[in-house]
Amino acid sequence: MIPFIAGRLAALVLTVLAAALVVFLVLEVLPGDPASIMLGVSARPDTLAALHQQLGLDRPAWLRFFSWIGHLAIGDFGTSYTYNVPVAELLGQRVMVSLPLAVMAITLSTAIAIPTGVFAAARRGRAGDLAVMGVAQIGVAVPNFWLGLLLILLFAVKLAWLPASGFAGWDHGLWPGIRSLLLPAIALALPQAAILARVTRSSVLETLGEDFVRTARAKGLTRGAALWRHAVPNALIPVVTIMGLQFSFLLAGTIIIENVFTLPGLGRLIFQAIAQRDLIVVQDLVVLLAASVILVNFLVDLAYAALDPRLSRGGSR
Amino acid sequence: MRLSIDLTSPPDVLCDLAVAKIWPRRFLENAVGGQMTTRMLAAMIGAGLSAALMGQAQAAKDTLTLGMVLEPPHLDPTAGAASAIREVTYANLFEGLTRIDVEGRVIPALAESWTISPDGLVYAFKLHQGVKFHDGTPFDCGIVKFSYERAVAPDSVNAQKGLFEPIAKTECPDPLTAVVSLKHPASTFLFNMAWGDAVMVAPGSVATNKTNPIGTGPFRFKQWIKGDRVELERSKDYWGTPAKLSAVTFKIVSDPSAATAAMLAGDLDAFPNFPAAEALDQFRADPRFTVKIGTTEGKTILALNNTRKPFDDVRVRRALALAIDRKTLIDGAMSGLGQPIGSHYVSQDPGYVDLTGVYPYDPAKAKASLAAAGIPPGTVFTLKLPPPGYARRSGEVIAAQLEQVGITVKLEPIEFAQWLENVFKQSDFDMTIIAHTEARDMDIYARDKYYFNYHSDAYKALYAKYLEANDPKVAVDLLGQLQRQLAEDEPNVFLFSLPKIGVWNTGVKGLWDNYPMPVNDLTAVSWAQ
Repeated sequence: MIPFIAGRLAALVLTVLAAALVVFLVLEVLPGDPASIMLGVSARPDTLAALHQQLGLDRPAWLRFFSWIGHLAIGDFGTSYTYNVPVAELLGQRVMVSLPLAVMAITLSTAIAIPTGVFAAARRGRAGDLAVMGVAQIGVAVPNFWLGLLLILLFAVKLAWLPASGFAGWDHGLWPGIRSLLLPAIALALPQAAILARVTRSSVLETLGEDFVRTARAKGLTRGAALWRHAVPNALIPVVTIMGLQFSFLLAGTIIIENVFTLPGLGRLIFQAIAQRDLIVVQDLVVLLAASVILVNFLVDLAYAALDPRLSRGGSR
Repeated sequence: MRLSIDLTSPPDVLCDLAVAKIWPRRFLENAVGGQMTTRMLAAMIGAGLSAALMGQAQAAKDTLTLGMVLEPPHLDPTAGAASAIREVTYANLFEGLTRIDVEGRVIPALAESWTISPDGLVYAFKLHQGVKFHDGTPFDCGIVKFSYERAVAPDSVNAQKGLFEPIAKTECPDPLTAVVSLKHPASTFLFNMAWGDAVMVAPGSVATNKTNPIGTGPFRFKQWIKGDRVELERSKDYWGTPAKLSAVTFKIVSDPSAATAAMLAGDLDAFPNFPAAEALDQFRADPRFTVKIGTTEGKTILALNNTRKPFDDVRVRRALALAIDRKTLIDGAMSGLGQPIGSHYVSQDPGYVDLTGVYPYDPAKAKASLAAAGIPPGTVFTLKLPPPGYARRSGEVIAAQLEQVGITVKLEPIEFAQWLENVFKQSDFDMTIIAHTEARDMDIYARDKYYFNYHSDAYKALYAKYLEANDPKVAVDLLGQLQRQLAEDEPNVFLFSLPKIGVWNTGVKGLWDNYPMPVNDLTAVSWAQ
């Protein structure tokens, strides 16, 4: 287990470094100058030069890269060009929106998907299965931002139960914050739940055909007991893989949903930062997201090991 | 020109992003664009519940929540071009010596009056007594001297440094008199000093104004939840008439559909520059809302690269003007809102001359002129389109119209940062569409180097005369001549002025109908009792 973890950690550091270099180079090549964007089209050349100097953009690229990486290594994320505040502060505020949102969405989608998927597998080919999978098919096809708009129109505009947009903040207590994240979490969760339910169903169906399930039934277990005690635990590995992918997606891939609900999360921050060429914020965010994706994959690997002890034995991976 | 770009760009970019990946645009617009969705929902859940909501939220209120599309990057109007900075701070937090009113007239602000020497070179401002910044710093001539000198200093990052270019020096004969001497006469000086970029800032707070702005205005800064909202509260010791509202929240809602929903749900009291023209019918039909279509200074142009062939030939530029039907363009690209323009000037400004008839829509004549200029049918021009909706939609209409006269337009949508770099800085383009939203910016045609590369000695001479004109009558006459000169040379095809679409709760009084500058002066806003 220890070499397994050490190997993973080394891979994590290398991947993060590679991501840092790639994002830096891409931003170098991309046309656009942060100072021009900040000062607009009336800016005079001397004003631009003054701002370049202020931002440190007059230094050569390699120096900027190493200065950035060096500071990052000691935990200094730098200062945002546009907002003029420490990037760490910005990220801290945004994570407090995106992370709870992702957790809520993944919890919700798992809570819906796994029972539904198992239910459908147990009733393969019957009306219940067809109905559930039909709904799931629609769920896969519906884009989450469109679902989000429908939810806003129903629950915020027509029923006025929940706010249409914005984030109340955590400082007014837990409930106002959760209230503002509820609709976006549902909008994110339903399409994901549809995918997850389908994966669960096919995975459970596959294990139901395995010899050990037949043996369990032959030993006299009921259908239900064989399903829950033997088939489902063995069907979870593909499900956990998909969940890991979905969580990574949720952390970073919520740009559109955050825009639809006007949530001040990481997705909107990175989008704004790219449009305004707030280079340092983009760089930091890409590195952070790369690190978190790797971290989640690492946790997924650990979960495999827990689900299937064979995987951690003797470095078989 | 900065402003137009700011007003709508991210949501459109986002929209494009979403659309390109997932849906054909047409479908998305139908599905989420207001009317359809409402109808679908009405069918889904019945309309009964909305009636219950109508009665509420009309109680005596003295706070206001406004929607705005873009978040300000920071709150120091003397150090950045983003119009969102001024949408929050102008007249509310920061004040200059002069300011503009809703009609775009220059009126006194921190200067209660002024005299101008006969040669137009010396401006003596009499300052208000007893003015204090929100942190208690007293305002006097020393602040004026500091603010103006800071703006022209070598390390100044004022986005409109050019406004201060005429200033030779600022002197303080006594604390309440500021004497500003100019290098050359500038008839636009008082107007320039009314810009958001020319507000008064104190030496003790300039370093932190970006995140904690300290001004002299009727509102003071309370807090800014980044990505979500900026909050202001009434200043207790304001020198002038106190604000009627006790607190104001600017909420950032960048998605047009989200803006519609937030207004309908009552999360917002007002959206002074509403981004979803297609949703207006539903607000017009709803007695809770007031819809006001006003004017802006936004002059939308089809900019042409005047040094690149064949746009260096005035016959070609005129032919393009003849080939574009502005009426169809405004209907198609702007939901019918916006007014045709015939020069780089809008109808509500002083000295406007109606030149929209100089190049009436005449495709046959356009074709003939193109042929005479040696442009064969099938010639391909590239049209670079920045993200704002007006540009992208106008591009499609114009491409279709130019096709009628035998010109194939290759549309190239680009990001704003790219536009600034390639089109604006390097003049690497054939044609582009952009709205110049700075007020009365006819000086851009008199510059030696500007992205569309127009060079006319006649125009430059006229503009110099205009700057020196002390007599308002002469100035107005010269403004007319400037407009005619532009229509004559047609360096760019002048399309239409951008509308200001305001949507607010019927109870809100005193918001500006027009945008003589894109600012939200809230000093006189109140709720109807």
